[in-house]
Amino acid sequence: MTTFQAEDEIAAVCAAIGASFGGALGVTTTSGPGLALKAEAINLAVMVELPLVVVDVQRAGPSTGMPTSTEQSDLLQALFGRNGESPVPIVAAASPGDCFEAVVEACRIAVQYMVPVIFMSDGYIANGSEPWRLPKIEDLPDLRIEYHTETEGFQPYLRDEKTLARPWAVPGTPGLEHRIGGLEKEHESGNVSYDAANHQLMTNLRATKVARVAETIPPLEVEGDPDGEVLVLGWGSSKGAITGAVNNLVDEGLPVARAHLRHLNPFPLNLGEILERFDRVLVPEMNMGQLALLLRARYLKDVVPLSKVQGRPFFRSEIYNKVKEILGESDDVN
Amino acid sequence: MTRKDFQSDQEVRWCPGCGDYAILSAVQSVLPELGLPKEKFVVVSGIGCSSRFPYYVDTYGFHSIHGRAPAIATGLKVTRPDLQVWIATGDGDAMSIGGNHFIHLLRRNVGVKVLMFNNRIYGLTKGQYSPTSEVGKKTKSTPFGSIDNPFHPLSLAIGAGATFVARTVDIFMGHLKETLQRAADHQGTAFIEIYQNCNIFNDRAFAYMTDKGARDEQTLYIEQGKPLVFGKERERGIRQRGADLEVVELDGSLGPDDCLVWDESRPNPALAFLLAQMEPPEFPTPIGVFRAVETPTYDREVVAQLESARESRGEGTLEDLIYSGDLWEVGEDGAISGR
Repeated sequence: MTTFQAEDEIAAVCAAIGASFGGALGVTTTSGPGLALKAEAINLAVMVELPLVVVDVQRAGPSTGMPTSTEQSDLLQALFGRNGESPVPIVAAASPGDCFEAVVEACRIAVQYMVPVIFMSDGYIANGSEPWRLPKIEDLPDLRIEYHTETEGFQPYLRDEKTLARPWAVPGTPGLEHRIGGLEKEHESGNVSYDAANHQLMTNLRATKVARVAETIPPLEVEGDPDGEVLVLGWGSSKGAITGAVNNLVDEGLPVARAHLRHLNPFPLNLGEILERFDRVLVPEMNMGQLALLLRARYLKDVVPLSKVQGRPFFRSEIYNKVKEILGESDDVN
Repeated sequence: MTRKDFQSDQEVRWCPGCGDYAILSAVQSVLPELGLPKEKFVVVSGIGCSSRFPYYVDTYGFHSIHGRAPAIATGLKVTRPDLQVWIATGDGDAMSIGGNHFIHLLRRNVGVKVLMFNNRIYGLTKGQYSPTSEVGKKTKSTPFGSIDNPFHPLSLAIGAGATFVARTVDIFMGHLKETLQRAADHQGTAFIEIYQNCNIFNDRAFAYMTDKGARDEQTLYIEQGKPLVFGKERERGIRQRGADLEVVELDGSLGPDDCLVWDESRPNPALAFLLAQMEPPEFPTPIGVFRAVETPTYDREVVAQLESARESRGEGTLEDLIYSGDLWEVGEDGAISGR
């Protein structure tokens, strides 16, 4: 592994993209303001279809905000904070011990689909620790890369039928000299194109490519009462508080279940069906309802947001009480 | 290989008469001479007229985003030191939005070549003043004349610790090719400012020194180990006086021996800085290699450090890495044991 401390956020992501162009997997780390600075370069990676992993350890914003405090308020920035139609897969870790597996997953998607991936953590996870069961090396996914070397019929944007990934043909490979860049590409040839129909096609292809990532991610699992009335759906570092609260509620015999999203884009294929199954879906987030907004837009499900932006993680009791309130029982506990 | 091997099939989109054509042609004729297979070359650019350069050179190429070519090239060169990386940039791309990456590239001495096409105007956006436009310049964005002090790109580069600094001119084809060759041979960051005529938005910006009649009087050719003299009869020279340079007449009482003898390999960049500050009308415009010193390059140092770490600590495995630190195991019975 080669490490490089760049002069700024933009240089860091650009150097990572340069490394990926050369055949390495470029990784860059930041927090919310840095993600904003990196946006233009992430879009370059979207356009040139090179793998890249951007780690965003979220903190309380906006601006410098409360830089040592936690928040989950970069979700919409990660999803939408770039110009143009710019889909990127997003993976979030749920706890310190979950980071390893989630990062491996982000890397897998990046290299299999030739796409920048945003990995999301937050201050609570980054400053936390927990016992972590070490993985067996042989159980880790095989992420070995096969670069494209075949000159016959080579075109820089000729896509894999299944993943729609373009070939990774690295400089130094004889006979595959080609040019990439931020200008719109002609389908397959990769030449600059301002053709109207081609832009529609390429926009669709970039979107479909990211959507197809869903075919390779496990279905969302529901724990607790599968036929319950209330589902508590979370993402990221709130997993501990949600799990604790729902376990208590289930122990009390209440019709409550929980599920936790690792993939924020694309969503697991069964998410819609799960949302449909529950009368009420509570979405606790350390933001003003960003996942809730996405779920409402995508699935037309009127989920109930539970927002907290105090620079602190959720308490179990906050989630517990909210579920009780939804169920019409309000014996507050602390 | 010949020039043709480095010509891509893409239609060149510069305005007819643009100085960029000459630079493209010079690069395409120098690259085949460098003894490297063409798949080893990469041209990286930012945004601007000059940054369309990679599309026209049949090597690997990356037309990136405004000002960021040095950062992308750094990431590429550090992971792939086997490649020869050229950056094509302009005065706007490198001096304005990309100013930060430019200086850090130079201070690190990453082994890449930087061709900065300086036309002293924003051409792609149709004629606003640039960071190298002269004070008083009337453009679309400065109808009453620019009040911005311009950068001296060479001074900036020297100040940032550049190890190779040169200037040449688009239409001085022989000089341009020689300078490209020199840059190719340099191990560290090689920075070349190329005066480039934008015949649409800043025509004849360098005519004062490139016109046939003016060339001898206005251009000072810097040559290694030679005194700085110029003029049709080589009747004038540059002399050091204290901390300044001055133009002197070589009229018999003074001769070439009294002039500053140029040494591009001086470790101290002060004289190169002084030379880079020389401007008309007081001075002729110097072209050639101002500074060429070899110091360790960042990319080679990175490789050397990784190699030495491997030698002293072994190759290492993922398992060794993960299975290290504060480990314990929880047994079936809940008992905790150390590992």
